[in-house]
Formats: sequence, structure tokens, C-alpha cells
Amino acid sequence: MAALREPGARYAPPRISALGLRAIVLMAVSIGLMVVDHRQHELGAIRAAMSAAVWPLQRLVHSPVAAWESLSSALASHRGLLAQIEALRSSARENDLKLLRLDSIAQENARLRKLLNAAPADAERVQAAIVLRVDLDPLRHRVLIDRGTTDGVVRGQPIIDAGGVVGQTTNAGPMASEVILLSDPTHAMPVQIERNGLRTIAIGTGDASRLALPYLPRNADVQVDDRLVSSGLGGVFPAGLPVGRIAEVRRDPSQPLAIVSATPAAALDRDREVLLLWYRPRVALPVNEPATPASHEARPKAKERSP
Amino acid sequence: MTDRQRTPRLTLVICSLLGLLLCGLPLPRALDVLRPDLLLLVVIWFALMMPRTGGLVYAWIAGLSLDAFRGIVLGQNALAFVMVAYLVHRFHLRIRMFPLLHQSLVVMSLLWVYQFTLFWIDGVTGHPLTDWARWLPALTGALLWPVFTGLLGRITARG
Repeated sequence: MAALREPGARYAPPRISALGLRAIVLMAVSIGLMVVDHRQHELGAIRAAMSAAVWPLQRLVHSPVAAWESLSSALASHRGLLAQIEALRSSARENDLKLLRLDSIAQENARLRKLLNAAPADAERVQAAIVLRVDLDPLRHRVLIDRGTTDGVVRGQPIIDAGGVVGQTTNAGPMASEVILLSDPTHAMPVQIERNGLRTIAIGTGDASRLALPYLPRNADVQVDDRLVSSGLGGVFPAGLPVGRIAEVRRDPSQPLAIVSATPAAALDRDREVLLLWYRPRVALPVNEPATPASHEARPKAKERSP
Repeated sequence: MTDRQRTPRLTLVICSLLGLLLCGLPLPRALDVLRPDLLLLVVIWFALMMPRTGGLVYAWIAGLSLDAFRGIVLGQNALAFVMVAYLVHRFHLRIRMFPLLHQSLVVMSLLWVYQFTLFWIDGVTGHPLTDWARWLPALTGALLWPVFTGLLGRITARG
């Protein structure tokens, strides 16, 4: 090419149109934003402002559903209400009975802990939140709840419902927070089989009715209908919350690992209300200790930071 | 003069807000995977038909608000929107002349560029999503294009 140029002609850099220049600048700004947001998490104020700005829109999307719900509760039949009251009463009676027993067990537990010189059990506080009917992304299992930093919500906070663990918050705005459900394909949580204390990781499959437990060896003691609870490792979820029930165990002689799946205990795709849980982790977690289940949990968590 | 400029701007803002709302409207799951990226279609339409009203900065802001709305990494949709809007701006005189079917095909490839950018950024940020269903909105968006362009043409012509 150099030979074709006229002798003495100065090198002219390729011309960029004004449009191309603007596109390049905007794309660079976008990439810069992404890097800062994803790697450094230093956009707290901007993010909060933006999520406050879109909050009315999200509320607006949710409003028809909310209106329909209030309408249907206003028009609920007398008979239906009576039946509901009866059902609630009977469940309250059962719960009262359980609570009586629980009180004595809690006292006994506190006494035993004192004998063992162990720290007291987790202090807990719960608050109800409404799941907004806003579709965030069809292929990811994320929902929006109507509590934010003004209610004390932080990132990485456990969310439960009446059945068990639902997920954790991934992003807390001033008025609303995003929650990643257990069933999201990028979510993993440390669990334990209640029957024998076997620890493993439950990973979301993208199917709200199934969790995968891919790290159990073929000879692991796991049976269909075993209850799964959170193990408390990883520091996000307190120990002992119900997570699910083993639905399927397949042992293929040619594979080193068993193929195990579980059904979640929480109604992941049907919840309208969830509970936010505040608790104090009993044990300070090792930060950089390899080869513990906690570090297994730490890895997907780290990826989970900004969805 | 100012009046004539203000009306398309107002239409632009209203259409974008509507597009953003429709991106979050609760739908049954089977329809949810088919939901076209309406906000991007609005951006493409304005870049194609009114490139002076809907510039690149507008596309960037639209993408950024979608990021905030969905709560994902800020800048992801903004980058993809700017890329698509640049392509449309660059070739808008040519694309405008195409027959409707041809135009739909172009829109489909633009939507695929958008999806591929998102897919790529998802991979880089560590949330890869390899479900084949993520490419479907491009198809439905292209199918919707003839209706969509007719509708928006009517709205802006009346305004």
C-alpha cells in the first residue's frame, strides 16, 4: 500500500464520522459503567437513584395485579371467608400446641448451651414483604420485593416463606430489592441432609420445582424423601431452615457421582408474600480457607454479586 | 418550528415509557419467553424514521433505564442498544427503502445482534445462560415489526 501512495503525501488517519465517534464514546462509557458496577461495586448511590427512579414504573406494572387482588378479597363470599377462618383457627390451634413444646425445648437448649459454653442461638428478626408481579427476565429466576434499604434490607439477605428457603437478595434499592430464587441456574446454597447431617450443595436448575445436588458420590447415604435443610455454612442462610425434599436418586454404575434432585420446600413460583430474615451468624467465617463447603458456596456467591 | 420538534419528542418519551412498562408486564411463562424487546423496537423505529429525534444518546438512556428496571449490571443493555442504534443510524436511508418483509429480516438480525451482545456480556460477567429460548424474542420481534412500524407511523403522523 505504501508504494501506491503518492510520494510526499502525508499519512491520513482513517476518518471517523461524528456518528461513529458518538457511538464509540457511548459504548466506552457503557463498558466503563459495567466494569465499575460489576468489579468494584462503587455505584451504590447511582444505582440507588436509578432504582428509585424506576420504582414508580415497577409499581405501575404491579398495580393491575394488586387491584385485582384487593377486588377479589373485597368480593370474597361469606361462606369462603368462614371456611378460611375455620382453617386458620385449626392451624393456629396446632401451632399453639407446637409452640408450647417449643418453649420448653428452647429453654432446655439455652441451658445446655450454657453448660457447653457455646454462643447463644441466632438472634432473628423477620419482616414480611410483597412479591411484585414484575417480570424481570424470563430465563432467570429473579423477583422484586417491595422492601429496600429504607427498611434495613442489605445484599445477601435470606428470604424465606412458610415452607422454607426462597432465596437471597442480590441488590437492595431504596424502595425495592431484587431476590434471586433458589431455582435460578446461577444460584447455589450449602445444604445438609437432615437425617444424617451429610453436607452438600444444592444448585438451581432453572425449573422452579427442582434443585440439583450434583456433588454427592455414588455411594452417598441419600434416599428419596430425605429432608434437606440449610447447613449454615457460607454465612448467608442460618442453619436448619428447610430447603427441600429429595425427589430422585439415580446411581449409574459408570458414573462416580449420583444424580440427585430435590423439590424445593418453598412455593418458589407461587409466592405472593415472603419473609425477610435478619440474623447474626453464630460463627465468624473463615475468609480464604480453601476446600471447605463454605468456599464452594463462596464461589457462586461471588459470581452472584451483581446479576 | 419548536412545536413540530416537541411533538415527536413527546411521542418518543411516551413510546419509550410504554415499551419499558411492557418489558415488565407479568405474563404467563409460555408467553414470557416469546416477549419481544419492545423498548428496543421503539429505539430502532425512531433511529430509522426520525434519526434526528431519536439519537444515540437517547438509545443509551433507554438501555440504561432498562438495566435499572431489570436490576442487572448497569450498562449492559445500554451498550447493546447503542450498538444496534448505531447500525440503524448508519444505514437508515437504505433500510427505509426496503420492502416490509426485507425490513423485518433486517430487524431480526439487529435483534440478534442485541441478544448476542447480551449473551456475550452475560458470559463475561459470569452468568452465562445457554437456553436456546433466549433467541426467540428476536423472531417474535421481527414478526411484530410490520404491525409495529404501521402503528408508530400512524401515531407520529397524527401528532
